[in-house]
Amino acid sequence: MSQRPAIQLDHAALRRGDRLLWRDLTLDIEAGEFVAILGPNGAGKSTLLKVLLGLLPLSEGHALVAGKAPRRGSAEVGYVPQQKGFDTDLGARGRDLVTLGVDGHRFGPLGAAGRAARVEAAITAVGAKAYADRPIGRLSGGEQQRLRIAQALVGDPSVLLCDEPLLSLDLNHQRGVVELLDRRRREAGTAVLMVTHEINPVLPYVNRVIYLVDGRVAVGKPDEVLTSARLSSLYGTRVDVLRVRDRIVVLGAETEPHHDHDHFHDSDAGEWHAQ
Amino acid sequence: MNDIWTYLHYPFAQHALIAATLVALVSGLIAPFVAARDMAFAVHGSAELAFPTAVAGLLLFDDALTGALLGSVLVAIAIALLGSRRGDGNTAIGVILAFGLGLGVFLLSFYHGYASQATNILFGSIVAVTGRDLAVLGVVAAVVSLLVLVVYRPLFFSSVDPEVAEARGVPVRILGLLFVLMLTVTVTEVAQVVGTLLVLSLAITPAAAARCWTAAPLLVTGLSVLFALLAADGGFLLSLAFVDSGVKASVFITFISFGLYVVARVAAVVRRV
Ligand SMILES: Nc1ncnc2c1ncn2[C@@H]1O[C@H](COP(=O)(O)OP(=O)(O)OP(=O)(O)O)[C@@H](O)[C@H]1O
Ligand SMILES: [Mg+2]
Repeated sequence: MSQRPAIQLDHAALRRGDRLLWRDLTLDIEAGEFVAILGPNGAGKSTLLKVLLGLLPLSEGHALVAGKAPRRGSAEVGYVPQQKGFDTDLGARGRDLVTLGVDGHRFGPLGAAGRAARVEAAITAVGAKAYADRPIGRLSGGEQQRLRIAQALVGDPSVLLCDEPLLSLDLNHQRGVVELLDRRRREAGTAVLMVTHEINPVLPYVNRVIYLVDGRVAVGKPDEVLTSARLSSLYGTRVDVLRVRDRIVVLGAETEPHHDHDHFHDSDAGEWHAQ
Repeated sequence: MNDIWTYLHYPFAQHALIAATLVALVSGLIAPFVAARDMAFAVHGSAELAFPTAVAGLLLFDDALTGALLGSVLVAIAIALLGSRRGDGNTAIGVILAFGLGLGVFLLSFYHGYASQATNILFGSIVAVTGRDLAVLGVVAAVVSLLVLVVYRPLFFSSVDPEVAEARGVPVRILGLLFVLMLTVTVTEVAQVVGTLLVLSLAITPAAAARCWTAAPLLVTGLSVLFALLAADGGFLLSLAFVDSGVKASVFITFISFGLYVVARVAAVVRRV
């Protein structure tokens, strides 16, 4: 592994329309680092991933991914998008999804050399062998998520960007997916950047968190950022961070006007579901 | 029962059989993408919109096919602008469709040639295929097949997994536009044979049946082409066998196509229990 950081952000800011999503985002993410991106709905978490994917330009500042300006189609980056699910009869198997990760972007009738072996290895690595040949639309959310991770990893990227990969998974599957990502970054030195609403499943593994709230940004180790004082100033209102055994519960993180599909900020308190 | 072989000595029957085969080939090829992109309504819409453009062709060039082919490009652009996948523009397609059909009827009132020319557009006229029609069909089939071969993988990627495809550098929007263009041109050609009203039986049903048998993409495409060929050629040959009944080939084509689908569905249920 080279010594240059996997991701560098320098005073990065992003506006959509006339709205400032976040600014002054400065950090270097090293190879093999595991970073969680937290924040309420609409804070710009997915948008940050889009910037790193080269799909959106920054409004201010600079970004580097694997030492280069973010570029669409970069082989250095693997991407697991915010979960949508597939049609039941899509006409594709799990294996086909992973195969697209190898050469789906290539034109012409010939597939990449050694494709089958790489796909097989990626499927085995995420433990999806048993169901890789079933129609993708008929797999459970957790099974689909493993195959998506295999698809993102089959290209052997140095940076992995995951958008809410734990969404709608039960506790067991959440742990499975997080352990998978953790093993990958330890064994292959892949930097993992993961958007999540569920902090507790990732807490034992992440090195740092990026917390985005209404234009403000907090970056640091989980213990430094997830404190009552830090989150209170971030949200601009009183927020209590409670530690119950090895879990964290955030109370009072009232969010700005946000989307309806909010699934963890309860109507009154906005707490992390301590599932 | 008539002797099919006797008929096949006549040029009209030979032309028809070649036309059925070419049309089945292209529609079978693109049908799996139509299904994966959930664009059945766009197919139906562009098929029916071949009616006003064909009538316009009759009025302007005294030739329905030229009008329909030129019109299909306009229709493709309109559909693509309104959203080319996931049933995005369904409502808008419906709006254009309604207007287009009204326009077709309006234009028809200015046309004083053979009325059958116009009804042929709606119900198909495989036995009226001329040598020139065949040449056009051959060119369209060759171009569409070649394009599918070249763009197959990225088009499949952007059809089943557009977010990741875009991030991986696939030109998702351009491919979407190209696909709609291939679709409307193909649909216009298919409409020649089975009529605008029955296009779905070749442009959707074969893929729907194929997807019941397998989820392996290449196999789906292969089966889809096979089913389309069975329906189109088989339907035409049956219409020769029952020529005295006066039932059009397009009717047999839709029946065979639907039959293959029913068999596939039943087989899928049986295999699952
Ligand atoms: N093209 C656009 N023009 C203007 N605003 C946009 C555009 N795209 C997204 N936005 C806005 O940017 C904000 C951030 O969106 P983003 O998807 O990054 O949020 P998020 O943090 O991922 O939220 P969630 O938790 O709901 O997934 C939203 O308020 C959204 O409405
Ligand atoms: Mg998001």
